[in-house]
Amino acid sequence: MILTRRNLLVTASAGLVAGCDRLGETESFRQLLSLGEKGNFAIQRSLQQRTALAPEFDRTQISPIFRANGTRVPAGEAYARHMAEKFVNWRLQVDGLVTRPLSLSPAQLQQMPKRTQITRHDCVEGWSAIGEWTGAPLKLLLDAAGLKPQARYLVFHCADRMGTGEMYYESIDLVDALHPQTILAWALNGKELSVGNGAPVRLRVERQLGYKQAKYVERIEAVADLSTIRGGKGGYWEDGHGYQWYAGI
Amino acid sequence: MPSPGTVHDGKIFRHRLSTRLWHWTNAVTVIVMLMSGLTISNAHPRLYWGQYGANFDAAWLTLPRFPGWATIPTGYNLALARQWHFAFAWVLAFGLLFYLVRSLWNGHFRRDIALSTKEVAPSHLIEDIKQHLRFQFETPGGGYNPLQKIAYSSVLFVLLPGLILTGLTMSPGMNAVLPWLLDIFGGRQSARSIHFLCASGIAIFIVVHLLLVILAGPINEVRSMISGWFKLSGDRA
Repeated sequence: MILTRRNLLVTASAGLVAGCDRLGETESFRQLLSLGEKGNFAIQRSLQQRTALAPEFDRTQISPIFRANGTRVPAGEAYARHMAEKFVNWRLQVDGLVTRPLSLSPAQLQQMPKRTQITRHDCVEGWSAIGEWTGAPLKLLLDAAGLKPQARYLVFHCADRMGTGEMYYESIDLVDALHPQTILAWALNGKELSVGNGAPVRLRVERQLGYKQAKYVERIEAVADLSTIRGGKGGYWEDGHGYQWYAGI
Repeated sequence: MPSPGTVHDGKIFRHRLSTRLWHWTNAVTVIVMLMSGLTISNAHPRLYWGQYGANFDAAWLTLPRFPGWATIPTGYNLALARQWHFAFAWVLAFGLLFYLVRSLWNGHFRRDIALSTKEVAPSHLIEDIKQHLRFQFETPGGGYNPLQKIAYSSVLFVLLPGLILTGLTMSPGMNAVLPWLLDIFGGRQSARSIHFLCASGIAIFIVVHLLLVILAGPINEVRSMISGWFKLSGDRA
């Protein structure tokens, strides 16, 4: 009897799930569902002041071990050489829709005015880690490069290849790019950034989830529109895996 | 539209349109939220207390991997599960808001859900438990019995609002808008744990609710939630 009832439950549930799966595979239904996350973007941006800060913590609240996620060590000779040279020949390019393209070495980046912030990193999977980041505010780089009026987004091109062989990339809009906590971090917990956490430089955009925090950043490109970049959806996880471009929730 | 409590032809008008509409909308929504939530749980099935928590930190609970028949979608697809979860979250939140405002306004809570001091007296509650054990659920006036009122109040005022608020607390974007939510729940990972506990509470409620509907007479119960009319048993008709 119990077995039968259980089977009934499993069958009913399987039917329901099969129905949901079929719906989830329909492009128009996916579009309908995505209104939920588009609504979240709209409402969060309307409730958030442009410069509203992500919570900052004190030193006692730092995670004992800051979990490295995604690429642990970028593959390939080029990155291995940079590691061996302690990144002295690494260059961070700022180009695209700017009047004065930049090319900065890690040392030059570290000589810029810096911001230190103890913030929480939230993975889309659900875990969180708190760490103390130090880096150059992105706004200072953009001011130095001179954004052209057509520029609407910043694309971060990274040095790591994902499992599918594609290079990682991410993008943010100007609201986040000019936010005071958006920094190009070169230190974590008072030490030079480790390879697992994105050496020599990674993006911190603190009001969004972990997959926006691009590691191993080599090039920042100012663009008017994301549709012409790579898969057109603004990031590695967005292009190939159905994740939302806005990762505020 | 008859007013609640109207007796006609051996039937009592029990549920207003707003209650019935919300009940069925919410039934679908809650099932989708629970099942897509299980996919999200599978992404990182460890629960922590405090502001942070990841693989190197101590989890207070490690959940099993939930099987495909219990998750939306069947196969592991976190991006799609999030789409389902965050689309139906709007229906859940605004549905509840609509129902709470409507039920305060039309006196549904005061008349049908609020517990009188007499009802919460231990002797009365013990008597009600005994009646449940004898499978007698109807009250003399055709209203809800005290255990039923306690269950509905927990869902309406604790579990569902708890789910919505802890859900918002997990959003880094909302943390910049409403940082005090983190203080209320004691951090993002605590909010995540409480979110899971509230969802478990809802799952238990659904099981007990369905079981009692079956024991109390499924046809009459389901009909009353569709048409509003509940057939009274012979002696009170």
